[in-house]
Amino acid sequence: MTVMTYRDALNAALREEMQRDDRVFLMGEEVGVYQGAYKVSKGLLQEFGEQRVVDTPITELGFAGVGVGAAMVGLRPIIEFMTWNFALLALDQVVNAAAKMNYMSGGQFPMPMVFRGPNGAALQLAAQHSQAWESWLAHIPGLKVVTPGTPADAKGLLKAAIRDDNPVIVLEGEMLYNTKGEVSDDPDLIVPIGVAELKREGEHCSIITSGKMVLVAMQVADTLAKDGIRCDVVDLRTIRPMDTEAIYASVRKTNRAVVLEEGWEICGIGAQIVDYIQRECFDHLDAPVLRVHMEDVPMPYAKTLERTAKPDAAKTIAAVRKVLYLD
Amino acid sequence: MAKAAAKRAPKSTGRASTSAAGDAETNRAYLHSMLLQRRFEEKCAEAYALGKIGGFCHLYIGQEAVSTGSLTALRPDDYVITTYRDHGQALVRGISARAVMAELFGRVDGCSGGKGGSMHLFDKSLGFLGGHGIVGGHIPIATGVAFAIKYRGGDQCIVCFMGEAAVNNGAFHEALNMAALWKLPAIFVIENNRYGMGTAVERASAINDIFERGIAYDMPRAMVDGQDVFAVRAAMDEAVHRARTESTPTLLEIRTYRFMGHSMSDAVSGTYRSKAELDEYLKRDPISLLRAHMEAHGQISAAELETMDAEIKALCQDAWDFADASPEPPPEALYTDVLVESHT
Repeated sequence: MTVMTYRDALNAALREEMQRDDRVFLMGEEVGVYQGAYKVSKGLLQEFGEQRVVDTPITELGFAGVGVGAAMVGLRPIIEFMTWNFALLALDQVVNAAAKMNYMSGGQFPMPMVFRGPNGAALQLAAQHSQAWESWLAHIPGLKVVTPGTPADAKGLLKAAIRDDNPVIVLEGEMLYNTKGEVSDDPDLIVPIGVAELKREGEHCSIITSGKMVLVAMQVADTLAKDGIRCDVVDLRTIRPMDTEAIYASVRKTNRAVVLEEGWEICGIGAQIVDYIQRECFDHLDAPVLRVHMEDVPMPYAKTLERTAKPDAAKTIAAVRKVLYLD
Repeated sequence: MAKAAAKRAPKSTGRASTSAAGDAETNRAYLHSMLLQRRFEEKCAEAYALGKIGGFCHLYIGQEAVSTGSLTALRPDDYVITTYRDHGQALVRGISARAVMAELFGRVDGCSGGKGGSMHLFDKSLGFLGGHGIVGGHIPIATGVAFAIKYRGGDQCIVCFMGEAAVNNGAFHEALNMAALWKLPAIFVIENNRYGMGTAVERASAINDIFERGIAYDMPRAMVDGQDVFAVRAAMDEAVHRARTESTPTLLEIRTYRFMGHSMSDAVSGTYRSKAELDEYLKRDPISLLRAHMEAHGQISAAELETMDAEIKALCQDAWDFADASPEPPPEALYTDVLVESHT
């Protein structure tokens, strides 16, 4: 085990998988000479050369399609979006091509490829650069969607994504790149896609979350523990396919749940989780399930407004206390 | 139609649409290929009217010289990707009439297992990478296939068909830029049939000589008479040679005309084009032109032609019968192929 940043964990995953399989290549804006807009690909151009670490023009739709074409004929592309906000320009390739190619060809064209990049809000980047896209992408059959919240999961899930024979969306947390944690040095260790992790155990309430919000949930659990309120923190790690059994096991134990997500409320991923819970855990619930999410507005620039718009620990604590009928 | 045969091949390639007629055997193969597409599409129209084929169905009638002239220039290990008007190209590339018709009927023996339909014909074994339904969306995919060819150091190429309306789409420009920037072996074939659905090229594109779009990417380019199978083949031979030996892309504008509506739900003529215009273009039916050439050169007799046509009609009827007898995909097929088993 080595303590490293989330950024370096991603870098290690890329390096190890490119060493392991020469069909794997990395393509995107500024991934090579610039060493990555967020330095995730630092050193890779030097190690693997420009054939396998490919700087593209600013042409998201175009290079996402290049990845699709390369995957159709046997390569294993990793397509980096500088941020997922820019990937909207490429959604046709993600949704209409990558996610559907195998199905509409009757199983002839699996798509072993990864689309990755930072997702969600950072600090004061305003409306166009501060959006969480997991519910948009998880809506699409034919995709897998992972949202690592820790350095260990960043490495393990990215490695699993690269080895997967399906198109996998990796939503990284821009605000997580500098976070540190213990990461395995074993190049063969992956974190399986579709398996949640119970990050904290408690009997009073389940906090179900993923990605960047895992840190918030852990902070909430720490704070509430001081008042004797002990929470389960379920880190989904993968949004699609979702580990529903992990959700059910936790809710059947605590009988209460708060769903915490970075995105907007309407049609958010939390709505899906609440639906799963009401279908499978109805008789176990002692309170309505509450959701904590981004306010229903575009992200404002001003610092105070931005803070108010985001889901945070205070909002989550309030929700937990409410499902416990403490407030 | 004289316009389509204009002598304005760009200086950059030096090749005009000069006809380089083949020998009797080659020309008979061309004729067979084009007639097969024609009779197959006629059969499709009949099947559509009877409800055997559903959804959208875009026929290729009038454009047969484009697919035949283009795809006969390829090797088996090359790749082809195209639009939703894909029946003709699928047949020329070698997907059987049975497998194409079964796909159109939505049956399990279709080339996409009945899950793709008219717009999504695929055959991996033939390097046929699909009919694609989003205008322009498949063009960057072609660039990606060419990228993979170069990545592996191969000398194959990919031919990417598109309609002339696709050139107004951002995907076209992004894909051509990267293909030229990285010198990739892709051949972009614009089938200019004059109409993007019901919008004439003059009403959609700021320039009417579409091949000139290639100037923006310093890409070798040419305009070709798409009713002349020899001209198409000659232009294609040059483009394929360039792709294989120089790993350089080419943009071909092949001027053709569709004799049917945009899809089966569109009238042959009406609001956006006149009967008179259609009649004018019908005078340059690519099959009639080839037949006339062959007759003039003593390469086929009336009796031989009749026999060939009868055989092709029988083949298309056989495809129909095969498709009709093929079962629907089983219910469990609904959930297969969404994702593949992955062994990480």
